[in-house]
Amino acid sequence: MQQPNRLRPFFENITFDRADNEMILNFGPQHPSAHGQLRLMLHLQQEQITKAYPDIGYLHRGMEKMAENMIYNEFMPTTDRMDYIASSSNNYGFALAVERLIGLEVPRRAKVIRMMLLETNRLMSHLFWLATTALDIGAMTVFLFAFREREYLMDLIEDYCGARLTHSAVRIGGVPLDLPDNFIPDLRKFLDKLPENIKDYEDLLDSNRIWLMRMENVGVISTEMALSWGCSGIMLRASGVEWDIRKEEPYELYDEVEFNVPVSDKGDNYARYKLYMAEMRESAKILYQVLDMYAGTQPALMAHAPQYISAPKLDIMTQNYSLMQHFVLVTQGMRPPVGEVYIPTESPKGELGYYINSQGGAYPYRLKLRAPSFWHTGILTDLLPGHYIPDVVSIIGTTNIVFGEVDR
Amino acid sequence: MRAYTPKDNVQKKPYYTDRYWVAPQVAKHNVSSDDVFAADLEAIKAKFEVLEAYIQVDQMVVIINAADNFGVIEMLKNELSYNQLSEMSAIDWLASEGKFEIFYQMLSMTKRKRLRIKCKIDEKESIQSVEKLFRSADWSEREMYDMFGVVVNNHPFMKRILMPDDWEGFPLRKTYPLQGDEFAAWYEVDKIFGKEAREIIGPENRDSARIDRYDTERFARLGHEVPRGTDISNGEPDTPLVYQETEGVFMIEKFDAEKSVVISDRDR
Repeated sequence: MQQPNRLRPFFENITFDRADNEMILNFGPQHPSAHGQLRLMLHLQQEQITKAYPDIGYLHRGMEKMAENMIYNEFMPTTDRMDYIASSSNNYGFALAVERLIGLEVPRRAKVIRMMLLETNRLMSHLFWLATTALDIGAMTVFLFAFREREYLMDLIEDYCGARLTHSAVRIGGVPLDLPDNFIPDLRKFLDKLPENIKDYEDLLDSNRIWLMRMENVGVISTEMALSWGCSGIMLRASGVEWDIRKEEPYELYDEVEFNVPVSDKGDNYARYKLYMAEMRESAKILYQVLDMYAGTQPALMAHAPQYISAPKLDIMTQNYSLMQHFVLVTQGMRPPVGEVYIPTESPKGELGYYINSQGGAYPYRLKLRAPSFWHTGILTDLLPGHYIPDVVSIIGTTNIVFGEVDR
Repeated sequence: MRAYTPKDNVQKKPYYTDRYWVAPQVAKHNVSSDDVFAADLEAIKAKFEVLEAYIQVDQMVVIINAADNFGVIEMLKNELSYNQLSEMSAIDWLASEGKFEIFYQMLSMTKRKRLRIKCKIDEKESIQSVEKLFRSADWSEREMYDMFGVVVNNHPFMKRILMPDDWEGFPLRKTYPLQGDEFAAWYEVDKIFGKEAREIIGPENRDSARIDRYDTERFARLGHEVPRGTDISNGEPDTPLVYQETEGVFMIEKFDAEKSVVISDRDR
């Protein structure tokens, strides 16, 4: 207990306990390397952590509640605000869940465009991860390099949908727009240069003494722990479990493209870092294959299901019945059949799932967002004890948590 | 007369539903159509009572008694190799049947199968924690308690997780309004300024689309424009719309009703 006087002011963030020399340190919620609004209560013995309590909820907006009060199409822009580093993957997860609920088949060109969006988003997210984690550990150059490449991708997405961060670039039943003319050549130009860029990052980091000290054998997650905590994505694959939803339960065109799933059995920060690098290369490989698929597709972009999806603009402007249906779909919303569905997708952060319980109404009766970062934050409770204060930042970094997604 | 709104479900409802409209159903398939699921279901049935089981959108749904939840999930984990609990939460059916429905979304990586265990409990009933089996349930169960008020037994740290600790009410219940209740409107005022400041500050506006008829700081009424910040609680003057600047526009004369002449002689 503190007894403040004029010489010894009250320390707001620190509590000293004389009896057992334990200190309680409040990390966040405004810490620059907390990657958002994470508050950690750390019990310390000297510099070693004995207990850790992550405290979340500073960014809670009640998205599940909002979803219950919105028609399905209205909810799409809200999903952008979950993982705002790669928002198209959130849009896609929601669109896919509703499509499976209805039983819609999406035109092939829309699938190809969605694949391009998903993989560019994965690259953007991984580049952002690399930049911020390297910056937290003190590698400013990598931050600038990675942001330069990410900027290029953001411009590319801006050319497609007009937005840089909150894309809303996927619709239930397809995609809203065709690719602009410059998209494919620009993306190809970027991909041609990407291996060189990744090599630059690796040259700077791979054998960097400071980087290795904070990465090697730090934050080791065992296979049992990763499975028990519901880890997914790279957090799981770095711990020796070969599980990538794109490969195991393929959706979209992932069963038509060839790519590898990088796995490591080390489970430490360094393994996760290497997997991010390897995944960027795999994404590039997928994108090359998808770029070639585009040319042979028919121009349709939205599924044909008049009961759920508005007709193309031309039909709405020329045919009375299409106009009437469009009016009903916009004002009242589509009404998917009664039933429930849980659809997982492999977002850049891990398994992003949407559970939708529809009672046949225009509003979902219950919508549960399964965001991977939620459990990747929870695991800090078990992961941090035993580590030292400087490792906290690097462990938070490699868990790649985004608080829009944790708090929803 | 005010329009009737049901108090047990205050969520948004469609303003019009065709009276002949019948909602279609997502197909439920027999479990025997899938060998892996059929074997799993047999194993569960041997030890526990299964109320209903079917396959919907490629995933098996098994409905069990709430008392068996720990046993069934333990069996799924240890004997049937469902090695991850990817998600769990509740659904509020209080309005229609006075019950909560709890669902556990399980994943088996070796079998590449997902199944959902569901059970129902009464409003005041509590459920057994599965945190001993899957650590991921630690946070999920806290979130479920936070959002629905479903108490979980044998949980190591049963506390709110997303909402503040001293929050009242459970946000995801259907009786809880989207914009929050009375408590929510005063929460921050009380917390930051104290209860004595309630009269000065007033309740928090939690509806971002609300328009205040007497607020001249942020809103202006067409045809009734007044200087910003004027008090108009006792009515405001009519401001006729004037489309020309006071000084007039070059080459264009302002219309003056006094000076103008009405021409009655058509031949002139």
